[in-house]
Amino acid sequence: MALLQITEPGKAQDPHQRKRAAGIDLGTTNSLIASVRGGVTETLPDEAGEHLLPSVVRFTEGGTVVGLVAMQAAKEDPLNTIVSVKRMMGRGVEDIKGLGERLPYEFVSTEGGMVKLKTDAGEVSPVEVSAEILKTLVARGSETLAGNLDGVVITVPAYFDDAQRQATRDAARIAGLQVLRLLNEPTAAAVAYGLDTGHEGLVAVYDLGGGTFDISLLRLHTGVFEVVATGGDSALGGDDFDHRIAEWIIRESGYKDEVNPRQLRTLMMQARGIKEALSDADSTEVNVSVDGLEFSGQLTRTQMNELIADLVQQSIKACARSLRDAGDSVSKDSVSKDSFSKESVQNVVLVGGSTRVPAVRQAVTEFFGVEPLSDIDPDRVVAIGAAVQANILVGNKPEDEMLLLDVLPLSLGLETVGGLAEKVIQRNTAIPIARSQEFTTYKDGQTAMLIHVVQGERELVSDCRSLARFELRGIPPMVAGAARIEVNFQVDADGLLSVSAREATTGVNASVEVKPSYGLSEAEITDMLKASFDHAKDDIVARSLTEARVDATRVIEALQNALTEDGERLLQASDIELLQQAISVLQEVSETTDADAINEGVEMLGKASEEFAALRMDAAVRKAFAGHKLDELEESN
Amino acid sequence: MDFNQNYFEIFQLPVAFDLDVDELATRYRQLQASVHPDKFASATEHEKRLSLQWATQINGAYDTLRSDLARAIYLLELNDVHIEENPQLAPDFLMAQIELREQLDEIGEADVLDGSDGSLAKLETFKKEVNQHLGDYRSEFAAAYPDDVPVAQMAVYKLQFLGTLRASADKLEEKLLDY
Repeated sequence: MALLQITEPGKAQDPHQRKRAAGIDLGTTNSLIASVRGGVTETLPDEAGEHLLPSVVRFTEGGTVVGLVAMQAAKEDPLNTIVSVKRMMGRGVEDIKGLGERLPYEFVSTEGGMVKLKTDAGEVSPVEVSAEILKTLVARGSETLAGNLDGVVITVPAYFDDAQRQATRDAARIAGLQVLRLLNEPTAAAVAYGLDTGHEGLVAVYDLGGGTFDISLLRLHTGVFEVVATGGDSALGGDDFDHRIAEWIIRESGYKDEVNPRQLRTLMMQARGIKEALSDADSTEVNVSVDGLEFSGQLTRTQMNELIADLVQQSIKACARSLRDAGDSVSKDSVSKDSFSKESVQNVVLVGGSTRVPAVRQAVTEFFGVEPLSDIDPDRVVAIGAAVQANILVGNKPEDEMLLLDVLPLSLGLETVGGLAEKVIQRNTAIPIARSQEFTTYKDGQTAMLIHVVQGERELVSDCRSLARFELRGIPPMVAGAARIEVNFQVDADGLLSVSAREATTGVNASVEVKPSYGLSEAEITDMLKASFDHAKDDIVARSLTEARVDATRVIEALQNALTEDGERLLQASDIELLQQAISVLQEVSETTDADAINEGVEMLGKASEEFAALRMDAAVRKAFAGHKLDELEESN
Repeated sequence: MDFNQNYFEIFQLPVAFDLDVDELATRYRQLQASVHPDKFASATEHEKRLSLQWATQINGAYDTLRSDLARAIYLLELNDVHIEENPQLAPDFLMAQIELREQLDEIGEADVLDGSDGSLAKLETFKKEVNQHLGDYRSEFAAAYPDDVPVAQMAVYKLQFLGTLRASADKLEEKLLDY
């Protein structure tokens, strides 16, 4: 007979079983890491007590530095100091030129399409730059939590396309992280406020950052959090407010010459200060003197509100549009389709430093008719929500019933005749989702076909984002139009796309060769992984061993937990015995230093437990319907 | 579990056009709450794969069943009846469609001349009429299915026409509201 374990009240049953999980907000300007500790979710500070890590990385021959130290070098060493790397993730050289601001870096186009930056430490991709930021945060996390992290949740903007999400995932891989989920930033913010346990209804997340605006509508219903619509404006933010104030100063000063970059920089910095001052005060002194541009005077909050009124209104318009979209996606019923009214929004969450501007708060309050939530620092709320979710996903709160259902932010389509994009999966469709599209050959005996996948809402392919080109090979030769090639698009819960294809009449699988338009190939990632150990070659071997062991531990734990929960209920004693034996085998192999053997063992244990996994899934589904009466079930047959 | 179940069977609902949308939504959430990949984030690879497959299947089924038109088309497919791309429709139906389309165009053009306020009111009336038609064809399908599949099929084509028309009306409305 097993002995009862007696633990201190309120403590976890086995302290070793509590996993270390963290949420990471990988931001354009600043990044944060947060974790749940002793029931409290908080962002983790560095040794100097700073929570925000400036998203700045400096590459020199002597090594890489991240954060404040790097930022301080930005002025003297702009070429090697990378700022705002998030805007370059999953992008090509042409995109970056189109960002509308001059970046000082030397860009190199790569075969994969994604841009690289020339530094004293060699060429680096935005993925590697982001990986450096992640490594710094994770080091902070491991130190604070006294041990390696078991898993992280990384947040991404809701509007991030497939290439940008993939780039973020790749960065995490290079940083050696176990990513539990990529979470949309607005969803994380709503989770931070615990709205998942609150009243049923719509939640609006209004996120105004320095350079981007996001609005998301989420619906809470019976404990399930559903993102019903996302929208926004990728070229609207607090920096635009600063611009308006700077323009006002130029007008008032009567300065007629062309403004030079130095003047503009000074004006923008002043404007930022004025904006922040007017968040508290009704008016503020303005004193500018730079290269002959002179002005002294007062700016009132009312005046500033007028200067930025149309920008604020622009964001409110995007809110109204999203409410319409939400109506579309919730009641797809083609007869009684009704859009959500503003009144259906019960909670509004503010995210981003620019929501501190009173005019913004007022406009949001007026539009939605509710006082927005702002108790949690709008700069930290996303990281905190990510930490809450990470804690659940890693398995620390098995009793938690919360479920987040996310949607595809941008439609996925294919290039058709005439450069038109045909949508295969519409935006705001719940993910994971799969759709198939059929193609045929246009030539006799044609055995290959090129398919171009794009993402976006516009009709022309040239106005959408190119995601990848797929070459289908091995189509059985037939007369033109006879082959039916079924291409299957699968989007996973992180919003990432994968593609497979088969010829429907013969059932032959066509091989799909993926060439991401702005991504990294598997080989490039491996190279980067190796490069990050340049100075210690042995580390590669050590690292793959560590990874293999971590994997083995994870799989063993997952299976053991499953056996404890459902083993006796679903399996014969002999099957349990076999699985236990398989676990022991893997445990023994894990003690050796042979990474390949461990990986093989992990795979074998996975195979051995496949049937059990299927049984568990069935049981889970049965449980979902356990509340329904039997006659209902019979009715359906 | 069986991936060959039809969409109604997944939700353990009777195979029929009329369906309780709220009940469907409740069952959808119950199912996702037990199979969604978030529930298996720390599970074995095989469990993760199964969970992804199931969550995908359930999302697809839910998307189809909750829309009247998609559900109608799906029901026909279960009867091995497929929707044609260029169906033959009655001339008087097509005439009525052309007239409705012209009405909508006029509302859009009037906006350029005399501002959007009057146009919005007209559009409101127009959309009511379209919704009325949609309701009629919906009933037509419900009455015909499954006994008279050809009539049900015709109703689907009509629903498709009116659906496209309403999408155009929605687009115009967005334009008039300056979204």
